[in-house]
Amino acid sequence: MAKGKPWLEPHPHGLYVKPADLWIDPSRPVERAAVTHGHADHARSGHGAVFATPETLAIMALRYGVDVEASRNQACGYGDGFERGGVRFSFHPAGHVLGSAQILMEYAGERIVITGDYKRRPDPTCAPFEVVACDIFITEATFGLPVFRHPPTSQEIAKLIGAVRAEPDRCVLVGAYALGKAQRVMAEIRAAGWDAPIYIHGAMEKMCALYAAHGVDLGELRLVGETDKADMTGQIIVAPPSALNDRWSRRLPDPVTAMASGWMRVRQRARQRMVELPLVISDHADWDELTSTISAVNPRETWITHGSEDGLLRWCELHQRNARALHLVGRDLEEEA
Amino acid sequence: MKAFAALIDRLIYTRSRNSKLALIADYLKHTPDPDRGWVIAALTESFDFPAVKSAMVRTLLATRVDEELFRLSRHFVGDTAETAALLWPEPNTPLPFRGGVGVGVAGQRDADDPTPSPSPEGEGGLTVSQAVEALSSATRATAPAILASLLDRLDADGRYALLKLALGGMRVGVSARLAKQAFAQAFDVPVDDVEELWHAIPPPYTLLFAWGEGQAERPDLADVAFFRPFMLAHPLEDATVDLADYAAEWKWDGIRVQIVHGGGQTRIYSRGGEEISAAFPELVAAFDQDAVIDGELLVRGDAQGGEAASFNALQQRLGRKTVSKKMLADYPAFVRVYDLLAVDGNDLRPLPWTERRRQLEAFVPRLADSHFDLSQVIEAADFDDLGERRAGARDAAIEGVMLKRRDAPYIAGRRAGLWYKWKRDPLTADCVMMYAQRGNGRRASFYSDYTFGCWSDDGELLPVGKAYSGFTDEELKWLDKFVRDYTVGRFGPVREVEKSLVLEVAFDSIHASKRHKSGLAMRFPRIARIRRDKPAEEADRIATLQAMVT
Repeated sequence: MAKGKPWLEPHPHGLYVKPADLWIDPSRPVERAAVTHGHADHARSGHGAVFATPETLAIMALRYGVDVEASRNQACGYGDGFERGGVRFSFHPAGHVLGSAQILMEYAGERIVITGDYKRRPDPTCAPFEVVACDIFITEATFGLPVFRHPPTSQEIAKLIGAVRAEPDRCVLVGAYALGKAQRVMAEIRAAGWDAPIYIHGAMEKMCALYAAHGVDLGELRLVGETDKADMTGQIIVAPPSALNDRWSRRLPDPVTAMASGWMRVRQRARQRMVELPLVISDHADWDELTSTISAVNPRETWITHGSEDGLLRWCELHQRNARALHLVGRDLEEEA
Repeated sequence: MKAFAALIDRLIYTRSRNSKLALIADYLKHTPDPDRGWVIAALTESFDFPAVKSAMVRTLLATRVDEELFRLSRHFVGDTAETAALLWPEPNTPLPFRGGVGVGVAGQRDADDPTPSPSPEGEGGLTVSQAVEALSSATRATAPAILASLLDRLDADGRYALLKLALGGMRVGVSARLAKQAFAQAFDVPVDDVEELWHAIPPPYTLLFAWGEGQAERPDLADVAFFRPFMLAHPLEDATVDLADYAAEWKWDGIRVQIVHGGGQTRIYSRGGEEISAAFPELVAAFDQDAVIDGELLVRGDAQGGEAASFNALQQRLGRKTVSKKMLADYPAFVRVYDLLAVDGNDLRPLPWTERRRQLEAFVPRLADSHFDLSQVIEAADFDDLGERRAGARDAAIEGVMLKRRDAPYIAGRRAGLWYKWKRDPLTADCVMMYAQRGNGRRASFYSDYTFGCWSDDGELLPVGKAYSGFTDEELKWLDKFVRDYTVGRFGPVREVEKSLVLEVAFDSIHASKRHKSGLAMRFPRIARIRRDKPAEEADRIATLQAMVT
């Protein structure tokens, strides 16, 4: 046990692994970074060397032009890892988006797991979360309030398909974050039997292709920009949330505005977003997932990185669990939840 | 409960009026009595359960959920009913990967209360009317247990619907008028008939539905203080009328009301047919004659020497469920009576205006002159003379002139050629666009709501109003593009624009207001013209607007 001489230091812009001189998910450029997944609040450009899963590196290459082939970057598949400065790092599935990983660090007999973002529900586009035993469990808390209980995904997908069929003269425009949520929604509607082409916003094209290249079958996708308005009646359109009420949407036939996000659980939130069809679909653990995961991992200490820390801290207190909030900055990607 | 929960969920997210109408009409057609009646009463806030209040719900929640977690959640959600609905522990609902201890918020419950939750009796088990029945039988002492047992039988959406039903404050954008129109649409009956019958039949309106579905005669309205739909006016626009055919009265800037006394009751209805008696108890008490009048509700202002004050003063009295003594003293209400619709059991509506007016003049002295006076007919020589009087009217509470066809009966709605409103020419000011926000519904992708300002003496631009109408579709496209091209700052949904575009804003009147930094508030501001030709420095000054204050 290295208690008393902390080898992992929380800083506002990331977690610093001292013996390895390496940062985890730093929010500013550093010499050496291990990255849990490709979302912008965890993966930034400009690092010297990046350690991540092959999928996350591919995503970073697409988004920031990170050179995957460069020898300084290291790809680690699930279960694999590397050793540096006496710290053994390994990557384990987090179930959040394609390539997302928890990072396990072992040093001086102590095990620390940082989850990055994660969820426990099945997701056809990525490997499921694995419970990894540890002493210190560093968890996210995006939905760390008991009001957040995501309904079964199939129920929300049925709502979406029902809405398309109910108004065949319109179309349903689903706002979904361009990395992860969008592909998951597409994969879920395919699983529910929707085999018509799915129309997408141009900004999603490359990421969808990347998913397909990694074996996630999204079926036939067409670009809205290359389709006549009339051909999209009765169809499903997927676009980034920022495009929902923007000029771009005027090219669609009378869209029903839907939004896939865990925030949609709260009615007034959905109303503020001018959403007609809220779909409670999230890539983050809901309250029950967060609390049951802490129980299952059963760590000596729980550290909470970002989100509604207060709610999860209170739960830990009620359950006599040691916990602390880390107050990291720049972890606020509302659109993605 | 399930259908009701689905209905309010749809209504929350539906912004178009026609879609709301269709949703409610469909629900009314396909839901049995008495549920549909209770639901429509709930949507229009027509009943109240005195034993169930939000403080009680909070106390009840504290028995099931940690108080700190409730407080944090309430803070995030912003609504007690919704927070409670989401937090209430789900009895025996399997979660996809329930595992380990302490799943859910049942933390304290696990520790303190080993008894398992009762299993839900299924959605089919609880109807809206059962819930209404249970809640109305509740006393302060029994209410928590009753509410708890109902919540245990519902899922999160059902709990939300139940709590909104119990606490009111539905916030789904359904007015009484809209509900009545939905009823008329559902059963293909005239909306005027629905309006008349509505307040005569108590919830759950079973007789009303029986009549709507053609299974019963029109209910008899003798001895009931029921609402008569208002006769409304068209704008005169550029037309002229012959004063031999039309009588002229001042159009007062208050709220149009109908006061009905019948069956021992006095009720005050607003133009939309909503009952507002509770907000004006002094008028209810003072109206003791068996009659129905149509008039303008105004408040007296000191500045006006006890005469009618501006709409601004009246606003202090609107929308209240109870009224303090101070309110009654500071803003005394009275009604300037326009018309007599019924008196001593006789319906006068079929009679021509001249005959109703004769009877009205004879009737008004029967009312207390402290609270009721007669709207005077303007004695103008001809139309031009009337125009001059209209232009010269400076009274703060005068909005323009009404022209009523002398031989016309009192007919519900807006019928061509019978009544005209001839508003005073609007005031205008050249203002500078400062901020813009997106609109709703069809306009959701357009920046269509504009905040504009005028120059202070120090050369600072201060907001004086906000407008979202008055422009054509073409102008809207242009304005939208202007906002996007000239954005200089973003604050959430609000865009700040370069202060370079002059908008000519028309408004009915302007008042002193503490709410805005400029100290001014406009009534009915709208965009009259886009003044691309005018440099922003030449827009009006605050001082110019202050001179227009009434």
